[in-house]
Amino acid sequence: MSDVVIEASGVCKKFKRGEVYGSLRDLVPAITKKVFSQRRSVELQEKEFWALKDVSFQVEKGEAVGIIGPNGAGKSTMLKLFSGILRPNKGHIAVKGRLSALIEVGAGFHPDLTGKENIYLNGAILGMTRKEIDNKLEEIVEFSGLSGLMDTPVKRYSSGMYARLGFSVAAHVNPDLLLVDEVLSVGDMKFQQKCIEKMKSVRDSGSTIIFISHNFESVNILCPKTIFLQNGQIKNIGKTPEVIKEYVNSARSYDGNSHQEVTINNIILADNNNALNGSFIPGDKARISLEISTQRSLKDCLLGFLVHRVTDGISVCDYNLPLDMVEESSKSTPLVIEFDMNLLRGAYAISFHILSHGSTRYLNRTYNAIIFTIEERVSWQGISHLNPVVRKLK
Amino acid sequence: MIKNEMIQEIITYRHLLFMLTWRDIKIKYKQSIMGFMWAILMPVLVVSAGILVKTAFSMFSGKPIDLASVASVSVKSVPWAFFVGSIRFATSSLTNNMNLITKIYFPREVLPLAATFSNLFDFIIAATLLTFILAFSGLGLSIYLLWLPLLLIIFILITTALGMFLACANLFFRDVKYIVEVILTFAIFFTPVFYEASMLGKWAPVLLLNPIGALLECINTTVVLHHAPDMFWISYSALWGIGGLLIAWKIFHDAEFAFAERI
Repeated sequence: MSDVVIEASGVCKKFKRGEVYGSLRDLVPAITKKVFSQRRSVELQEKEFWALKDVSFQVEKGEAVGIIGPNGAGKSTMLKLFSGILRPNKGHIAVKGRLSALIEVGAGFHPDLTGKENIYLNGAILGMTRKEIDNKLEEIVEFSGLSGLMDTPVKRYSSGMYARLGFSVAAHVNPDLLLVDEVLSVGDMKFQQKCIEKMKSVRDSGSTIIFISHNFESVNILCPKTIFLQNGQIKNIGKTPEVIKEYVNSARSYDGNSHQEVTINNIILADNNNALNGSFIPGDKARISLEISTQRSLKDCLLGFLVHRVTDGISVCDYNLPLDMVEESSKSTPLVIEFDMNLLRGAYAISFHILSHGSTRYLNRTYNAIIFTIEERVSWQGISHLNPVVRKLK
Repeated sequence: MIKNEMIQEIITYRHLLFMLTWRDIKIKYKQSIMGFMWAILMPVLVVSAGILVKTAFSMFSGKPIDLASVASVSVKSVPWAFFVGSIRFATSSLTNNMNLITKIYFPREVLPLAATFSNLFDFIIAATLLTFILAFSGLGLSIYLLWLPLLLIIFILITTALGMFLACANLFFRDVKYIVEVILTFAIFFTPVFYEASMLGKWAPVLLLNPIGALLECINTTVVLHHAPDMFWISYSALWGIGGLLIAWKIFHDAEFAFAERI
């Protein structure tokens, strides 16, 4: 209990659509009262909507928690409530320890100041003392890869350079509590790599991290626990791969197995030692165990085994595997699919279907039954792990 | 009214206050031909205008211009320039930093304070130069100069308080900065910078109701006229200074939670 560093209980926050009175001309209807009463009225007035409704959860010290959800779900609002930038209309937020929020990269950068001057400015804005910045200046400059440009005003930087400098400063703030809002999606592959590594080392040094992202791969690598937020409410909190799966599934309106002639249940992904796993490296052997229940014979049917990359939906493979080993019975038949994870870094989703041979009718379609990630450092991009090896020709 | 936490928070964030002040100072002089000369230019312009006005007066009244007149105008213009600059910058300080207010947490007081302090830096430069000039001009020193630090402190308190209040007001009502601009333009007429309040005879107290006016006259009295300043007006201004700061800070702090939403 005493280890809890963030606690949200029954938090509600509402916003008003449309314009707010912005000039003295409209001063006549009660001035200051209007400003202050917005907090006291907890029902929805005209044109207002709940950005967050009844949100409650706890984060303990040293935890790394991800927050995922569609745009407009209330993720950034939640971060702003934790930082103290906004106040909840109802409920209570408690934060223990020094907090640093990365809601925007390069916050406070002034275009006329040089790179070095902006490092000091940005660092101060993020809560670092001058001495801290002095000590870390070299690291920060090196991390950004912009050492030759420190004396140039940042208005001359390209947007990529700007972002890298901003993130570089942000990455070297060492707070007790770090809130990260989507700032990792800057820079090229190489830089993004560095960013995740840095986040990992911040986490491993004992800081608590809350990480908002649309990049499931990063969330899976960084955070063992994730919160799924939708329409201002928490839909799920739990182990990251499960929660990602729920989010991905909610994006499609298909509701799974019901009303189908054949049902596939208990789909579980495990590694070679039959240990439950959601994360693999290229070349790993994996197995999926599942149970097929049906009244009819499946001898003529095919089991579709489809893998998609989550971030862009690219199809990795689309096999139709024969099911001659399944007998007609009223019980469920346990099956196992063994395959090689010859994939490169990324987040992938496995879907199944049962197709009646020779017809186009699907007896079952199960989308995104499993989400897993591949972690590796050998390639810059791509999908297939072809395992190239260079040798001298004799 | 002002709780200890509010003061503590500012102290915790003093690095940020320093950096923002430094930022405001630096950007004024970056990429400019004049550089630091800008700090002196504003008061020089005001003093020159004042001398012109005094010359006109003297031509009108037949009395010649003396050192005391020129010194009076100079000594009152420099703090006046600080006041005008601070109010102008402080009023827009919150709205100009919208990206910081909506994304990062820090006590927002820091923004109008930085605006005031960066103008204070300019003031120190101009005042130092003025001191040098006056020292060699034969104006003479007197024991009454010891009043000066107190007068300046009260002056800064009033400026800070007003700046904080106007910054907050401008965030909620965007036309405040235009109104402020108009008032500042005409303020030079109803503030005794180019003339003495005594010229108005029995109407002088009306002019001195403006605490800034009262303070400027006190500064003039101690530095140029080598008299003790009027205790009544000093207390009056001090009340404005301390009371003003307490009230302005409280209003600012109470409204602060709504800043990020309403900006």
